[in-house]
Amino acid sequence: MDIRKLPFVNLLRRPGRTFSLLLLTAFLALSVFGGSVIVMSMKRGLNNLESRLGADIIVVPSSAQSKVSFKNMLLQGTTGAFYMSGENLTRTLEVEGVEKAAPQLFLSSLKADCCSIRIQIIGIDPETDFIIQPWIEESCQSRLGDMDVVAGCDVGVNASDTLKIYDEPCHVIGKLAATGTGLDSAVYCSMETMNKLLKAAEAKGITHEITSEDEGLVSAIYVKVKEGCDIGKVNSAIQGHTRKASAVRTKSMITDVSDSLSGVSRTVTWLIAVVWILSFVILLIVFFMIANERKKEFALLRLLGTSRAILGSVVRKEAAVCSLAGGLTGVALSALGLFPFTGLIEKSLGLPYLTPDVSTILLTALLTVAGTVLVGSMASFWSAARLSKVDPGRVLRGN
Amino acid sequence: MKLEASAVEKWYLRGNGESNRFFAVTKTDLALEPGEVTVLTGRSGSGKTTLMNIMAGLLTPDGGRVMLDGQDLYAMKDDELSRLRNRLFGMIPQGADVLPELTVKENIILPQRIYRSRSRGSFSDDDERENEGLLSERCMSLLEQMEISHLCDARAKELSGGERRRMCIARALAGDPKFLFADEPTSDLDDDNTRIILSMLRETADSSCAVMIVSHDAEAGEYADTEWRMDGGTLKKR
Repeated sequence: MDIRKLPFVNLLRRPGRTFSLLLLTAFLALSVFGGSVIVMSMKRGLNNLESRLGADIIVVPSSAQSKVSFKNMLLQGTTGAFYMSGENLTRTLEVEGVEKAAPQLFLSSLKADCCSIRIQIIGIDPETDFIIQPWIEESCQSRLGDMDVVAGCDVGVNASDTLKIYDEPCHVIGKLAATGTGLDSAVYCSMETMNKLLKAAEAKGITHEITSEDEGLVSAIYVKVKEGCDIGKVNSAIQGHTRKASAVRTKSMITDVSDSLSGVSRTVTWLIAVVWILSFVILLIVFFMIANERKKEFALLRLLGTSRAILGSVVRKEAAVCSLAGGLTGVALSALGLFPFTGLIEKSLGLPYLTPDVSTILLTALLTVAGTVLVGSMASFWSAARLSKVDPGRVLRGN
Repeated sequence: MKLEASAVEKWYLRGNGESNRFFAVTKTDLALEPGEVTVLTGRSGSGKTTLMNIMAGLLTPDGGRVMLDGQDLYAMKDDELSRLRNRLFGMIPQGADVLPELTVKENIILPQRIYRSRSRGSFSDDDERENEGLLSERCMSLLEQMEISHLCDARAKELSGGERRRMCIARALAGDPKFLFADEPTSDLDDDNTRIILSMLRETADSSCAVMIVSHDAEAGEYADTEWRMDGGTLKKR
């Protein structure tokens, strides 16, 4: 037994007191780490979506509005079974100010033998596409060919695998990076491949809202406006020029969401600050009460020849060890409550949700634990300093 | 080695204002010398414990000095005074205060390990083991003398008042102090144990330790070389 072991002995032999302190510091770490990760994930999801979305306007069938909201389609990657005439693509391209227009064809979700989850098939035109193709080229350095597919990150296949859809073997040429949206469970292919898959489905007796005979249908048209042109005016022009279609500006929607996300982020940041301040005050009170309860014990240590500095280090070490354990517990609990349920959080938030990379998470965890230890040590330091200024003789006599 | 208080005084404020000063100890001189037992008696609240705490370097006086071989205790830095107390002073506090979470043995050994832990690099592994062994032996021998050796692994908080008192005495003696301060050392003990403890304090003084006893017990005077009476903060020789 020596003075260095005393803090650990005190902690181990007063499990009730130690557990209460641990619980308090764990709550502090849990709220700070959890809050930070959620805010970072939302920001990352939106940034990723913004950088991936090259379109200024999306044109969808008017009927789509009743089936799926534009916001869900954009932010959650929710597609649906809605179709309009391919003529709208030509009409869109005719509008002044339109630089590019790329069609996409959605096929209702289905279960493939590769996946336990339902996947969506999205047909694109590799020649005109500027939404998905750049990301395909970036991730797999090749273009979509016949019976080639690119899988979203949540689809359980790897590049070079063969994915059977309606028993048709499709060659997976690559996987896309996570978007934090429903698009992570989609596969992308060319319109020709889509048509072959439809035929294969029909041969198996599986029907969809469209058939392989319905040529030229599209589900959505993504529009890039020429630089310098007023997107609002182009949007109105498309709206007027297309038939049974609705045009909506994407960037303004993202900006709206981004603004509301900034609001959420500010609120969460304030909440974290309040939690820190409250926890610090609570810890201060708790350490004050503990120090008061133990003042005779501390006075006795002084009587036995413990200097103020050594007594301070004993008290601080107790607080630091407890805060460290609490901090680690809080971060671990927070991680257990967050990371396995990313999909659920994404769904309940209704926003793109992309968990930060491992190094950012580790750094956040480290900073949270360090902050918790600092707050715990600072709170105990004040109590220790206050007590060690009093003559031990007075404390032991109860003055 | 001589511990000498000259013109020490201690006062407290009762209510507001300078006029409400209550003197626990008026200007007092007292010297403690090796080999002597000094007994201080007096009524409760007469200032006995206050004077003892001042002598032991535990309570800063409001006037006067306490000198140890020419060094003023209260002019020392806290670290220096703490080390000195740990090395030279043994204290049996009035309340029989213990470190509640430690065992009896740990309570006795800890004071000897405050400044002599291995981190200071002053001991080799062999020295360390030898010191540990000697300290453990010394501890057990004291506990046997106090007749509480069977409680060596019990938590201090589980002891009765008398057992705590005896543990405190063993703790104070474990470091072979040069000055031993005992505040009511026999207050929780029966007659037989009172005699045992007072004899032990006498023996400690005979091995060139200066012993100061504050006691209500008239029997303590029988073991004293010098006996003082404290009355209203004023010290009088008996």
